[in-house]
Amino acid sequence: MSMPAAFVRIIAISRKEFLHLVHDRLTFGMVVMIPLFQLVLFGYTINTDVRHIPAAVADNLNSGFSRQLILDLEATQILDFNQMATSPQHLESLIQDGVVSAGLYIPHDGEQRYYEGEGRPLVQLLVDGSDTTLAAAVRQLSNFSFQPGSTVANQSQSQQIAVRLLYNPERRAALFTVPGLLGVILTMTMVMFTSIAIVRERERGNMELLITTPVRNLELMLGKIIPYIGIGLIQVSVILFLGVLLFNIPVAGKLLAIYTVCLIFIVANLTLGLTISTLARNQLAAMQMFIFIFLPSMLLSGFMFPFVAMPKIAQLLAEILPLTHFLRIIRGIVLRGETLNGVAIDILYLIGFAMFFLLVSAVRFSKRLD
Amino acid sequence: MKNAIQVKGLTKRFGRFTAVDRVDMVIPRERVYGFLGPNGSGKTTAIRMMCGLLEPSAGEIEVLGMKIPEQTRQIRRKVGYMTQKFSLYSDLTILQNMQFMAQIMGVEKSQRSGRVHQLLDRFHLSSFSNRPAGALSGGQKRRLALAAAVIHHPKLLLLDEPTSEVDPNTRREFWDELFIMCEGGTTVLVTTHLMDEAERCHQLAILHEGQKVADGTPKALKQNLGSRIFQMDGQDITSARHLLVGLPEVLTTTRIGVSLRVMLRPGQREDEAWLAEQVSGCDLSIKTVEPSMEDVFVMVTQETDKGA
Ligand SMILES: Nc1ncnc2c1ncn2[C@@H]1O[C@H](COP(=O)(O)OP(=O)(O)OP(=O)(O)O)[C@@H](O)[C@H]1O
Ligand SMILES: [Mg+2]
Repeated sequence: MSMPAAFVRIIAISRKEFLHLVHDRLTFGMVVMIPLFQLVLFGYTINTDVRHIPAAVADNLNSGFSRQLILDLEATQILDFNQMATSPQHLESLIQDGVVSAGLYIPHDGEQRYYEGEGRPLVQLLVDGSDTTLAAAVRQLSNFSFQPGSTVANQSQSQQIAVRLLYNPERRAALFTVPGLLGVILTMTMVMFTSIAIVRERERGNMELLITTPVRNLELMLGKIIPYIGIGLIQVSVILFLGVLLFNIPVAGKLLAIYTVCLIFIVANLTLGLTISTLARNQLAAMQMFIFIFLPSMLLSGFMFPFVAMPKIAQLLAEILPLTHFLRIIRGIVLRGETLNGVAIDILYLIGFAMFFLLVSAVRFSKRLD
Repeated sequence: MKNAIQVKGLTKRFGRFTAVDRVDMVIPRERVYGFLGPNGSGKTTAIRMMCGLLEPSAGEIEVLGMKIPEQTRQIRRKVGYMTQKFSLYSDLTILQNMQFMAQIMGVEKSQRSGRVHQLLDRFHLSSFSNRPAGALSGGQKRRLALAAAVIHHPKLLLLDEPTSEVDPNTRREFWDELFIMCEGGTTVLVTTHLMDEAERCHQLAILHEGQKVADGTPKALKQNLGSRIFQMDGQDITSARHLLVGLPEVLTTTRIGVSLRVMLRPGQREDEAWLAEQVSGCDLSIKTVEPSMEDVFVMVTQETDKGA
């Protein structure tokens, strides 16, 4: 009736790692302080100049007038119309599915409205409001003034384009930023903790003893990430608590989904950190590699700049990073009320990522000194 | 399997530097086997290869009947290794370190706590078992490391300078423990720089610049020294030393307390009368003495120097 030796060893490693954490007050403090600082620091959105937002158009007018309008709108470089739709409902579903971020609806009487000059908007622009930076850029277009051909007739001062925000209609930046911060903070702390976890033992000379024990590579890796999973979930709780308290983030009814996704994301980051730790020669090198991963995560994942507004190559790079997928999932859940099914592909990517790097770290870890 | 360790042509090169050079060694079971050699002679490197920490550049290793490095995993539970540098966790307490080692080395759950406390008592660590290992004195750390190395009743114990920094009383207890374990069926390989420890070993090997330059029982090594040793006592040993230092027949002169110990090169048949002639005018008494372990050590590690 005794536990398999492998389990005992995994528990032994986990317990030891946990004790390191408890003894290291500084690290332990960071677990709570990092989320606190970042939330306060990034509590506002970083506004940036956004261009080339992918958009769809439902042109029910289909005339020279409407084509001219589309070209003029494209000339602002804010929108790129690369999808066709049939109706406003169709536009909404394209946005919902993330195919485009904005949709232009031109009603069949758009031209008529222009000449009547009764001040009714000619067209409607639908925008995914969950990305506030994006939404802000599109909202600039509500001041857009359309002048078809050379006709100067009927100069109307009224608004020609009605912008409607889908999701997050109150345009609360925090709704957008806080779930993003959740991802950034987890990336930062989880990768950082584990990236030094193995190289530190090498530097301190513990490895010479540890690798002469019967512990297997995979046991060592699992044992090392288990306590940090707990730490990660504590951080998630801190952030969610502060998010609700300070920014009124709506999480009710979504907690299970949020924690599930965070758990997967935490493991993905931990295994990435472990892999770094098996590659690095010393702690400094591990830190440099960590930054090498962390900076692109910040910049490319869609946390700082809207994903859709980035050049193709940057998007491709970003697709590799777990944070990109996590942001998609968490914003979907928190802002658009997605279910886990709705973001299954990104979740699968994260699971695959975690398993891949767990294996890489176990294979890469050398039970030798040379 | 009659030998605990069998090594043939063992070689380790770091780049162009050869740290261990074609060493052959046989360590019989249930013996305390000493490993001597000056700093940097390759003792630690050789031991690391024996427990699979380093891959040999050439040569064969068999430990407890298993081929190393291929079958390293099979010996993990049977070997206890005490590293030269402290390698337990400084931020964990003595007790936490011991519990960790008990778990990881596969001590049965029912025996874990008993075994840990038994060892803490035996190595006089119980009274401060909640102190972080990093806060211990040098000798206390060594005691903890040895306690951890034997926690799983290893068949083979590799001890890399276990008694450096250890006080004489504790050192005696250490050695008593080694012999008790040896009688219990454990083979012990121990490196040391201390001659009295070397004398206690059943057998020993001396390494010099990566090569094995001598091995055998302490008694045989001393008997086969092949050098004459003289002890001189008197007022003028300082001036006598000056007279002797440059002579081709003389290998070393060492002051030991108030006497001067003179070792001739091996094969030199000169006697007391010859020596008296060399230091004539000095007020001294000269007598031939039995070689000590230190003489052996100095002989084999200096002789090859000159020969090289
Ligand atoms: N990883 C390494 N890379 C390069 N040289 C090394 C390495 N490890 C050991 N050496 C060299 O190999 C030689 C033998 O070292 P080793 O540690 O085995 O000596 P030792 O006999 O244990 O010495 P000491 O009595 O000081 O502990 C030394 O000259 C050392 O500098
Ligand atoms: Mg050494």
